[in-house]
Amino acid sequence: MTNKLTIALTKGRILQETLPLLAAAGIEPEEDISKSRKLIFGTSQPGVSLVVLRGSDVPTYVQFGAADMGVSGKDTLLENGAAGLYEPLDLNIAKCRLMTAAIKGAKAPNGRLKVATKYVNVAKRYYAAQGRQADIIKLYGGMELAPLMDLADEIVDIVDTGNTLKANGLEARDHIADISSRLIVNKASMKMKHAQIQRIIDDIAAAVSA
Amino acid sequence: MTNADRWLLPDGIAEILPAQAEDIEQLRRDLLNLYHRWGYDLVIPPVLEFTDSLLTGLGQDLDLLTFKVTDQLSGRSMGIRADITPQTARMDAHSFKREGVNRLCYAGHVVHTRPKSPLATRTPIQAGVELYGEPGLSADIEVVSLLLESLQTAGVTALNIDLGHVGIYRALARATGLNESQELALFALLQQKAVSDIDQWVATEIAQPGMAQLIRQLPTLCGGIEVLSEARSLFSRFVPDALQAIDELNQLAEVIGQRYPAANLYFDISELRGYHYHTGVVFAAFAPGFGDAIANGGRYDHIGEVFGRARPATGFAVDLGALNALGDTVGQLEPAILAPEPTTAEAWAAIQSLRQQGERVVCGLSEASLVREELNCDRELVLEDGQYQVKPLSQ
Repeated sequence: MTNKLTIALTKGRILQETLPLLAAAGIEPEEDISKSRKLIFGTSQPGVSLVVLRGSDVPTYVQFGAADMGVSGKDTLLENGAAGLYEPLDLNIAKCRLMTAAIKGAKAPNGRLKVATKYVNVAKRYYAAQGRQADIIKLYGGMELAPLMDLADEIVDIVDTGNTLKANGLEARDHIADISSRLIVNKASMKMKHAQIQRIIDDIAAAVSA
Repeated sequence: MTNADRWLLPDGIAEILPAQAEDIEQLRRDLLNLYHRWGYDLVIPPVLEFTDSLLTGLGQDLDLLTFKVTDQLSGRSMGIRADITPQTARMDAHSFKREGVNRLCYAGHVVHTRPKSPLATRTPIQAGVELYGEPGLSADIEVVSLLLESLQTAGVTALNIDLGHVGIYRALARATGLNESQELALFALLQQKAVSDIDQWVATEIAQPGMAQLIRQLPTLCGGIEVLSEARSLFSRFVPDALQAIDELNQLAEVIGQRYPAANLYFDISELRGYHYHTGVVFAAFAPGFGDAIANGGRYDHIGEVFGRARPATGFAVDLGALNALGDTVGQLEPAILAPEPTTAEAWAAIQSLRQQGERVVCGLSEASLVREELNCDRELVLEDGQYQVKPLSQ
């Protein structure tokens, strides 16, 4: 029995790395996603469709069951919380680290620390676990600017090569978590479409470890 | 204050309009009748009571979900119930003592401070049954059967039941010698089936290679009934204590499979809803088109202890609103008969006689307030040749 199945993906680099993995599970989009303005794509497998979303929206779609599966960064999962989802597979793509950073050599201030980040929940949890009082300032991008303009003492952000930090006179400090893209599955979908979903997970897992 | 401030409802608070209200009420009656026929006695617990009784034992998970106020009479903290199960547990343990089996059922609103899941309302209508006093699997079998009957009563055709047993994980935690914080950390990872994080956790926390291997395999132990034999062979070597729980699941599945061959049974060794208070079989029902469980249940022995009497217990609760949305609901009001304003004794008698026959009769009042198309009438009572007769509605 084949059910209808929807997989949520993100445009950009992660998509380019995800498509070969889906192809290993026999799922190929009917047209070139990167060249189309459409948001929903049929695939080579009847009943299976792909939807293309903003990265931070993928867990939301999967949580609500609007999509059965998706590919999401661990950073987004840590920030959004992962209630209602499984993350049964690490795709080992888009790897980076979630870290704190500050101006090179700068000392932490006395009293409350000001932290700029788009990962508000992660930052709150991290500083609480460290036993430090911190005021979190939500920003949507360009974190590196915040310490330079004296908006914040530290930032919490994704670090890949560290070149952007270096170019702005910052240094990475504490490691919070290793990040990579995860395959996520809605809990109810996993239970009702288990055979179909497990087959896809197994095929992709084989492609990841190959 | 703008107009919107006056009519706007708080987030997650729903009002239910006529057609749907009719459906939900019908479903509530159907379910309570079903439970009645199975020998369950109806109870109507209070909407609010002291948090000391609402939040003990079973209720600890509910602390953040419960709205609290100070009782002006006693100065104590009161809560609006976020779940009815702890109330029935209190009733069984204290208010309404039976030595043998006590079967109770209920239906009513509960209130949550925040939605329990992304799809949930903050004012769900909960209906459910609790069976006290029987420690054996026969009680679990009865309750799971009754859950399937409830789904069928609601017209849910695809019966998806998720079965698990918290005894398996507890035995594993004991056999591995996990301390409390380790047990909770692994528990959280297992609820997400976060395979790579589990691998990492095992690498740092578990020294014994066989046990490490077993824990790594836990998140994949889900699927059809074959999972149970797989689990049996994996656990028999390192965690023999878990075998009894696995066998219980097997027996339960066998009976349910025979009674409800159309039911799609799914097993998950590491899914442990309500792990803090459940003590045995746990189960949930799912339906296509709904990204969350529509019913949850399981065994929760010993909860009555805090009220003075430990009793074996098992039961389930369904969300009536969600169940109604998924079932074969009518979605419209029963068509009525439009009658003239009963100004004469004859008209009044004709209308009352129709009502006694079970018809829905709507009396027109003044001509100005009569908007025929709003009344959902398909027939009308007319006076013809000195006789009141029911005719198709003339437009």
